[in-house]
Amino acid sequence: MANKKPNRAPARTLRIIASWIVALVIFFPILWMVLTSFKSELDAFSMPPHFLFSPTLENYKEILARANYLHYAWNSIVTAGGATILGMLVAVPAAYAFAYHPTRRTKDVLLWMLSTKMLPGVGVLVPIYLISRDLNMLDSKTALVIIFALINLPIMVWMIYTYFRDIPYDILEAARMDGAGTWQTMFRVLIPVSRGGLASTALLCLILSWNEAFWSLNLTTASAAPLTALVASFSSPEGLFWAKLSAVSTLACAPILVLGWLSQRQLVRGLTFGAVK
Amino acid sequence: MNARVRKRPERLLAQPAIIMLLLWMIVPLAMTLYFSTQYYNLLYPGKSAFVGLENFAYFFNYPSFWTSILNTIVLVGSVLVVTVVGGIGISVLVDETFPGQGIVRMLLISPFFIMPTVSALVWKNLLMNPVSGFLAWVWKLFGATPVNWFADWPLLSVITVVSWEWLPFAILIFVTALQSLDREQLEAARMDGARGWAIFRYLTLPHLARPIAVVVMVEAIFLLNVFAEIFVTTNGGPGDATTNVPFLVYTQALLEFDVGAASAGGLVAVVLANIMAIFLIRLIGKSLTER
Repeated sequence: MANKKPNRAPARTLRIIASWIVALVIFFPILWMVLTSFKSELDAFSMPPHFLFSPTLENYKEILARANYLHYAWNSIVTAGGATILGMLVAVPAAYAFAYHPTRRTKDVLLWMLSTKMLPGVGVLVPIYLISRDLNMLDSKTALVIIFALINLPIMVWMIYTYFRDIPYDILEAARMDGAGTWQTMFRVLIPVSRGGLASTALLCLILSWNEAFWSLNLTTASAAPLTALVASFSSPEGLFWAKLSAVSTLACAPILVLGWLSQRQLVRGLTFGAVK
Repeated sequence: MNARVRKRPERLLAQPAIIMLLLWMIVPLAMTLYFSTQYYNLLYPGKSAFVGLENFAYFFNYPSFWTSILNTIVLVGSVLVVTVVGGIGISVLVDETFPGQGIVRMLLISPFFIMPTVSALVWKNLLMNPVSGFLAWVWKLFGATPVNWFADWPLLSVITVVSWEWLPFAILIFVTALQSLDREQLEAARMDGARGWAIFRYLTLPHLARPIAVVVMVEAIFLLNVFAEIFVTTNGGPGDATTNVPFLVYTQALLEFDVGAASAGGLVAVVLANIMAIFLIRLIGKSLTER
């Protein structure tokens, strides 16, 4: 696909340079955050900015020494992980039913599910807040797990449905002929065949739950607060600890960033419900 | 499709998902509807009373309410324009293979995976700070006076941060879509003497119609709910300059504890979202389920 015509070479070089510049500009805030996390507070605040500095792990040491970082990180892992597991447990059977045993209303049901995703959080914030309060579930990880699973469920059902639809029914039928029941067919045939799609669906749910801020900021205070809330607590103007803020941010974002990089191709298909290939 | 229609109990497997989403939608909405007709303040429990449409009247006469609607529309609209136009431009730019293309794409899509609270704080403190932010230094480099972004251009600053977060999503989708553009057709067009702009206008752009629709739909869902970025950077201010509908409802509910008014505001947000949803699903829903 590379253009080999020699007369287009200068244009091509220009284009490559432009691509790199645009990419670096867009990535710059993240790069700057990571660089700042290795600076001393003095260097972080200095003007003009220091591009060359002696890197220090001081900020990371201090962040990790405060046990509360691990507390927030653990909350993020439990809520995002729990929501992903709960979501998959509900979404996989639903997608199976929609893909292989559709009714006349299946399409409408699928579109309706998508429309619940458009229900703005603020529209239901007050009742959810009051229900959580009355159930003594304010600031509880369980509440976040359920909410994260519910807000991601429509997208998960859609994604998995898209993947299942591409698997020929004959494969399932063959398993059935061999005497496999519904659950056997699902676990022995369908799930192994669509492993990649299921993995990227779970990954997307994990990413969205990990980064979710509206519900975690409004429903948690301390004991169940995930990393999004910890990072937000740095927004108070009193604490200008930029190097430490950068270190916390880097630690909070790194795992998801790496996961995102690894799975970008599959994510596209899922995010667009298979409408873009 | 019809060959697949089989009456089997497997259909029941969809029930848990349907019931959970139904509850998630109906219970809170019914409660919101009920609260919106009540005087109900968490600070004065036991004083609740039916007030009819008073909460709506309060909201509609509240100057910040109209500002928040306007801010929501401006925010969603500008970010959509920036990300779609920018996304198309950048995807076309990086479409042809070149050394390091994989790395360039990784860098381009990275902001999408950064949590909103982090991107808001990084932009506010490390980049847009008027004293020691990176942009202040760039401004001084060119002899200009550094801008106090979030104080002087609050909404523009929020739009910048949110656009930065969502531009990668558009790029991700468009880059993938461009890969399925028929290369032979492209070469044939070039042979026939079609040049850059004509190819873009008559080949690339029509090919991107559906991806553009998908980007607009997915982004609209998330952009109507922008909250963390505002919460962390401006807290809705200065004044109500960056207060959007989600943020206004949040201030009513969790800062002023006025459940009645917040519910009325929440319902307005739901109506607003549904107008967009109906419009978008009409536009795109068909092409998503049919092939």
